[in-house]
Amino acid sequence: MTRHSNRTYWIVFGVVMAVLIIAPLVLPEFWRRFLTEILIWGLLAMSSDLLIGYTGMISFGHSAFFGLGMYGAAAALLLVSPPNLWLAILFGLAGAAGAALFVAYFSTRLRDIYFAITTLIFSQIFYVIIFTWTKVTGGENGLIFTRPHFTIPFLYDVRFTSTIMHWFVLAVVTASYLILRRVTQSPFGMVLQSIRENEGRTRAIGYPVERYKIVSVMLSGIFAGLAGVLYAIQNEFAAPDFVYFITSGDTVIFNVMGGIGTLVGPIVGAGFFQLLRELMSRIFGDQFPYLVPLGFIFIAMIIFLPQGLLGFARRWLNR
Amino acid sequence: MDAVVHFFQTFPYDLLVIQTLNGIVTGMILALVASGLTLIFGIMDVVNFAHGELFMLGAYIGVLVLTATGSFWLALVLASLIVAILGAAMQIVTLRPLIGRDPLTTILATFGLSLILQNYVLWQFGPVARKINEPITAHFNLFYLEYPWYRLLIALLSAFIIGGFYLFLKFSKYGVWIRATTQDRVMAQAMGIPVPWVYTGVFAIGAAMAAASGVLFAPLAGVSHTMGLDWVLKAFIVVVVGGMGNLGGSIAAAIFISLLESYASIWVNPSQAVIVSFVVLILTLLFRPTGLFVPTPK
Repeated sequence: MTRHSNRTYWIVFGVVMAVLIIAPLVLPEFWRRFLTEILIWGLLAMSSDLLIGYTGMISFGHSAFFGLGMYGAAAALLLVSPPNLWLAILFGLAGAAGAALFVAYFSTRLRDIYFAITTLIFSQIFYVIIFTWTKVTGGENGLIFTRPHFTIPFLYDVRFTSTIMHWFVLAVVTASYLILRRVTQSPFGMVLQSIRENEGRTRAIGYPVERYKIVSVMLSGIFAGLAGVLYAIQNEFAAPDFVYFITSGDTVIFNVMGGIGTLVGPIVGAGFFQLLRELMSRIFGDQFPYLVPLGFIFIAMIIFLPQGLLGFARRWLNR
Repeated sequence: MDAVVHFFQTFPYDLLVIQTLNGIVTGMILALVASGLTLIFGIMDVVNFAHGELFMLGAYIGVLVLTATGSFWLALVLASLIVAILGAAMQIVTLRPLIGRDPLTTILATFGLSLILQNYVLWQFGPVARKINEPITAHFNLFYLEYPWYRLLIALLSAFIIGGFYLFLKFSKYGVWIRATTQDRVMAQAMGIPVPWVYTGVFAIGAAMAAASGVLFAPLAGVSHTMGLDWVLKAFIVVVVGGMGNLGGSIAAAIFISLLESYASIWVNPSQAVIVSFVVLILTLLFRPTGLFVPTPK
């Protein structure tokens, strides 16, 4: 990367950040929450981009990590009093990491399509367990809890308003983005990309491909779990619906729509998807099956726009 | 030792027989679904994510035709035909442009198809499951149960369809085209076989098989828009356990897994019995990732 394009990158980054920081101050309550949720879904999609875009493995099971993050946070908030934000994050990440280790250990033995199917089946296992283990997980009704305070230990303690929540989510998502960006540019990330390009050759050079894959699935799962924690805190509940396949499917749609292998693209995709959905339910009413037109757009994008919105915009700007 | 004796004395042998029958019946339907899936995979390298939705669509069209005409057998034939035509159209529009691209894009495209179908059906028919009656209401006595003949007929019919399909592959001209394309598509093309149309035809046949099993299954449980995902998941498990692209293996695996699930539901409730098939999948992946019912490569 040349110095010039590097500078442009940071300028764009700064502008976008400034807009996102100021946004909650000018937006009405509904759109403020809407924007926060886009960021959370964006984080989930970004985490799965590490697998789809960089390691070349499509995961259809990210709902498991997201859901375990949610239930982990719920456990911390319900069991420990007073509820503590950082403990919730810690529990959520531990839950997601545990699920990710389990899924990664088995599913990385397989490649391509087999990997996609196994991740899907594993996420269904977690769904069935959470759905039927009513005593612990609340079954179909899920768990309801109150939002913890935003605290910096010994320094600062404030009740979450939707604005502070937005800033907090923005900070977490930005930090995750910078970490993931660093990871993908590190030697480790280079190995992941070489696995995507040619797995056999990577193995022949002497890299332990399986170990790299396990680590990348776990890393991806942990960030997905973080998104789950944020979603749980934002909405004050954990529900089995979010462990169901639909969440994983949405994650894949965000990725394809925004642009695979760009990290920012999935956030753009999440925003695009949620905006279209909101728009359609406003125009045609709540009952309208918004996923039908979105499905058509999705297929059209796979055929005609395989690099996604961001990739398209980038190519168009460079012309 | 006493515990073992006690176990065998109180063992519900009658339930065992009933569940064996149930397992074979659902196993045969599953085999019909899975053989379409494995056929499409083996020939086109396409994992058809929308296969469960074709199953569901078949069931719904079956319900519509049945309420319009009153004939179950007409519903079975018409639903298969309509879904076959729909499947061919889907293949031409979405999968044909993707030939030669990364096979992973096809799983995404068929996932998009399943989204469209599932949500369209939900919108059109609503979330309430539809029930239809069995075409044959006769029963026979099995212990304390009146077991419907229709269930046995399903197993027979499925076996009949799969058998017919096997003979088609083995002896007919188009069956030879399909097998030739599986073995070497470049060579098949060079010999004048219209490979893109073979793909379309195979997709249509797979779709028809899914639709037929959907109609056959419809009287056993309700028809709802979510049934697709359950069945496609089961079919995926069967196809992986049986060895991808292996017809005989998937049939054996379908019956094996359905039997295990129905035995498990003697002791736990059916929604948890699903976990048994997940466990079979995990064990298969651990010890024999090429599939349980595949001869060991030498």
